[in-house]
Amino acid sequence: MFNANHIRKDFPILSRKVNGKPLVYFDNAATSQTPQQVIDVIVDYYSNYNANIHRGVHTLSQEATDLYEQARIKIQKHFNAKFAHEIIYTSGTTHSINTVANGFSALLAQGDHVIVSALEHHSNIVPWQMLCERTGAILKVIPMNADGELVMSEFDKLLSNKTKLVFVNHISNALGTINPIEYIIKKTHEVGAAILIDGAQSAPHIKPDLQALNVDFYVTSAHKICGPTGVGMLYGKEEWLKKLPPYQGGGEMINEVTFEKTTYAGLPHKFEAGTPNICGGIAFGAALDYMNTIGFDAIASYENELLEYGTKKLLEIEGLKIYGTSQHKTAVISFNIKGIHPYDIGTILDKLGIAVRTGHHCAQPIMDFYKIPGTVRASFSFYNTKAEIDILVEGIKKAKMMLS
Amino acid sequence: MSIEEIQNEIIDEFAMFEDWEERYQYMIDLGKDLPLIKDTYKTESNIIKGCQSKVWVHAEMNDSKIDFTADSDAIITKGIIAILIRTFSNQHPKAIIDANTDFIDKIGLKEHLSPTRANGLVSMIKQLKLYAIAYQTQLK
Repeated sequence: MFNANHIRKDFPILSRKVNGKPLVYFDNAATSQTPQQVIDVIVDYYSNYNANIHRGVHTLSQEATDLYEQARIKIQKHFNAKFAHEIIYTSGTTHSINTVANGFSALLAQGDHVIVSALEHHSNIVPWQMLCERTGAILKVIPMNADGELVMSEFDKLLSNKTKLVFVNHISNALGTINPIEYIIKKTHEVGAAILIDGAQSAPHIKPDLQALNVDFYVTSAHKICGPTGVGMLYGKEEWLKKLPPYQGGGEMINEVTFEKTTYAGLPHKFEAGTPNICGGIAFGAALDYMNTIGFDAIASYENELLEYGTKKLLEIEGLKIYGTSQHKTAVISFNIKGIHPYDIGTILDKLGIAVRTGHHCAQPIMDFYKIPGTVRASFSFYNTKAEIDILVEGIKKAKMMLS
Repeated sequence: MSIEEIQNEIIDEFAMFEDWEERYQYMIDLGKDLPLIKDTYKTESNIIKGCQSKVWVHAEMNDSKIDFTADSDAIITKGIIAILIRTFSNQHPKAIIDANTDFIDKIGLKEHLSPTRANGLVSMIKQLKLYAIAYQTQLK
């Protein structure tokens, strides 16, 4: 039986105080907290297994390699990739995206189209702009509506035989909108283009079946899913990963090196130059184990309960407006109070021990769409409670009183 | 008054507050009272980069002293600006360049001094000092 108060005990940080008040952590869309089970794995690694992996003949190296590769298999199973070598360890979502963007510079020609959505994080806009500058390809944008949803009829119109690559996040980090990726993937394939889905915001809430989705690339970061920072994954279908050139050169990613020519290693090593974040990879696997023990169905249904409760409670505050009102969204509430700058609200909430994010959330085009400087964003996780939402509501009321 | 005297005065004022709430309420009130910058000075080039809220600063020299005016779209940021302007405005460029800003720590606003803090108090101080350096060169 799912019990958030019980689960909270797994997270040591949730019992600390901030500015003399019990911490209320509502910045989960930026990074999730780490359970003791994952912390233990990190400590265990450095206490007992720390060694450089692959190529080592000694026992420690073998053991560390085994743990690292076992974690890759855990990740493969969790996301249901066909092969473990389709899972590339990266430093995180941004690194994963750049690996694909860089690879596509070899595959795109002048006048080709790359499509992104209006709901993207800057890390999903800039690499594609850079790619288009390098190749002469043209960047097209799927527009959004006032509810913060992508307009699919406009997407249909953008697709053509010039489309080579479509890039959409599964869930918007600024608004929480869940995009209709099944439809987008199907339509993209109909014109023969490749599709990359950014799962940074969705992986903590939705366990995707990559084979069933038939997606070409999927990227995410471990630190959004109760894992450590500095590690993430790039999933690519084997055929695509074979086609793409490597991103970084270095050790580990080679087969044979002479000064005349280097031949690259096979998958996944071709994309894993240098000593990787070994401990991070192992802890990524442990984090997925932890999440699966709780269960993604239970997580989704509880977080939805928090979203409904939070939305209802926040809307009771006079002058509060929520941005991102799609029927399909995760537990993210992005809002403003009339006449008050989000930064001011965030500052007062921090004084009350409440962690929210303020600003443009690295999604300036969305803020431009609404003609606002930014929002206050409260993002909930399965270890949050309704009692904490009540504290947030009281905090906002206090901030409003002080600031107006 | 010299910059140091003004800073001591501010330290004395803040010493009366018992908790963060009173301190912040005071800053918010200072922000509300801050004389606004002229709209013609609210230009792109007068925006201080590195702030989550927008901050405009305008400087001009009268009788070898610099007058600053500023504005922000966030009220707490405006309060911080008000304190800085009270300290640095109507002062000789050399005095602004030489002034230290330890008083921020003494009035319990140290958290705003971190260079990574998004309100950019550090960038603001830097900008005010840059103006002073520029005007100092003119005086020579």
